[in-house]
Amino acid sequence: MPEDNETIEYRVAIREAIGDEMDRDESVVFFGEDVAIAGGVFAVTPGLHERFGERVIDTPISELAMSAGAFGAAVNGLRPIFEIMFADFLLLSMDSLVNQAAKYWYVSNEQAPCPLVVRSAMGAGGNFGAMHSQSPIPWLQGVPGLKVVAPATAGDAYALLRQSIRDENPVAFLEHKRLYSVKDPVSEVETLPLGEAAVVREGADVTLVSISKGVRDCLRAADELAEKGVGAEVVDLRSLRPLDTETVLASVAKTNRVVMVEEGPLVGGWAANLLGIVAAEGLHDLDDAWVIACPETPIPYTPTLEDAFLPDEGRIVHEVETRLGLRAEIATGA
Amino acid sequence: MAEKTQAKAAGAEIDAAGARDLYRRMRLIRTFEDTVQSQFQKGNVHGTTHLYSGQEASGVGVCSMLRDGDKVAGTYRGHGHSIALGVDPQKLMDEMLGRETGACGGRAGSMNVVDVEADLIGCFGIVGGSIGAATGAALAEKLRRTGNVAVAFFGDGTSNQAYFHESLNWAQIEKLPVIFVCENNLYMEFTPIENVTAGAIGSRPQAMGIHYRQVDGNDVFAVREAAGEAIEHARSGAGPAFLETMTYRFVGHSRSDPGKYRKPGELDEWKKRDPLVLGRKALEERYGLDPERLDQIDAEVAKQLEEIVERGLAAPFPDPANVGGEFK
Repeated sequence: MPEDNETIEYRVAIREAIGDEMDRDESVVFFGEDVAIAGGVFAVTPGLHERFGERVIDTPISELAMSAGAFGAAVNGLRPIFEIMFADFLLLSMDSLVNQAAKYWYVSNEQAPCPLVVRSAMGAGGNFGAMHSQSPIPWLQGVPGLKVVAPATAGDAYALLRQSIRDENPVAFLEHKRLYSVKDPVSEVETLPLGEAAVVREGADVTLVSISKGVRDCLRAADELAEKGVGAEVVDLRSLRPLDTETVLASVAKTNRVVMVEEGPLVGGWAANLLGIVAAEGLHDLDDAWVIACPETPIPYTPTLEDAFLPDEGRIVHEVETRLGLRAEIATGA
Repeated sequence: MAEKTQAKAAGAEIDAAGARDLYRRMRLIRTFEDTVQSQFQKGNVHGTTHLYSGQEASGVGVCSMLRDGDKVAGTYRGHGHSIALGVDPQKLMDEMLGRETGACGGRAGSMNVVDVEADLIGCFGIVGGSIGAATGAALAEKLRRTGNVAVAFFGDGTSNQAYFHESLNWAQIEKLPVIFVCENNLYMEFTPIENVTAGAIGSRPQAMGIHYRQVDGNDVFAVREAAGEAIEHARSGAGPAFLETMTYRFVGHSRSDPGKYRKPGELDEWKKRDPLVLGRKALEERYGLDPERLDQIDAEVAKQLEEIVERGLAAPFPDPANVGGEFK
């Protein structure tokens, strides 16, 4: 367990969370490709195999067998965690995840839970190209029975992963590749509840809503906006199912403007969906509302194209300034 | 009331009473399936059904060699697997009828039944699902050192699925206590299996060094003997075993299939080898059982199903107000 307020890497926070839960509960097992002896391609899990022996297993490149294996083990007394190396590969494991794990408790008429965690590295910004950069959130969020968690900080990663492992439901735990090396303080909080968003910065003029790496982009944008006299409140959703609409609506009631920032396409994405919920339930509070998302194309490889493809703090600042009328003032010199 | 599995791994040898139980269990499945069909036609069973008629000896033979704690994963053709394992036929019929008293309270229907108490991990609506689930269950049994095994039932068509190749390989690498039971009924849905399969199905587990046997899937005693060997292999820690039970379904793939693709005369030939016909013959010849005693079993089972349907149709549908929540 990390010391209180110790500053650690996001990847280390994940490793510590797995290790601490494996210490706490011997039914927790962990498997994936290259995760045991090699310690994982993103160096997240070195040392766990040495500590926990046969409970940390290297698997063949068999994403479907892995997810079904986790399902079968989860409904038979274990609490498996498995790693899908790149979230793009989750598609290969989807039948078991969606048709078996997510439905088990409900369709069995609540005979037995299915406590498993699938960890996966998602996200663009590393020039990995179209098949190693995607966010799987739109594929997963529409599946009742499957929780979808994506922490933005090392501290949240630690506490949310420990809770995900203890959760009785299948949980997709999504780790943004660009966050593995960031360092944050970790508090003594052992777990955080799943499905609770956090207001990570307060502000009165506009609400910026995001998840995972997008939250950090929003925080940097909020810093810049503050210098220009705009108070941006930042909401970190932390989980997309369950979805904490209450915290978003409360923030919108205060700021009357909301921007959702999504690393993914606008059509079919979580942001447009949440915007719809906010409009349906909080229209009376809204002066403005929009989504900043990616173009409707696969993710391009070369840095110039990929950088332009992704939302970043510069684009968030620019759009907020424009929609709030600040840019017109700049242009006219008013 | 259905008792749990019959044999408690006492070896494939069985006394007359045990043999009679095997026959009764197969008859129960056949009559259950006939009843599901007739209740479907009356509009009391909904959606679709995939009946196990003709394949009874496979499920009954294998499950009769299991012991308490062993787990089973069945398929969308899973009524037979469920009854063979010992799922209460009343709960199963009530599930078909969509009633609150069903095995899954009417939430599952024909293709997705789960009965944790009976050690039925589930029946899986998607081809191959049972293989992956049983492999995972076997991983849990191995790591928990229970000595239990897990059985996956699946059809010949599944041998071309990712679940099959990935799970067989992983199970053999990890030496998991799982028995893969391929019920080869010669057709993947409507298409002859040889039209869509390169080489023999059995060559696939053998290429991975997995213990393999092909057996007459319509002879319950032959299935028991082969299953006993496969289960013992898996339970000993030697790794998975693969049993190919050669059989034939007497009905269409699903409710809407008239089976026009069958070769002329094929069905009639297989009906001569009906598991119930073979079972009766063996009981009379090997155990000296009076045919009238077997007729009596048939009549008792028919009456049992009549009563089951009567109770099922009288049971309440679930209240839409109790649709439930998504998470535990």
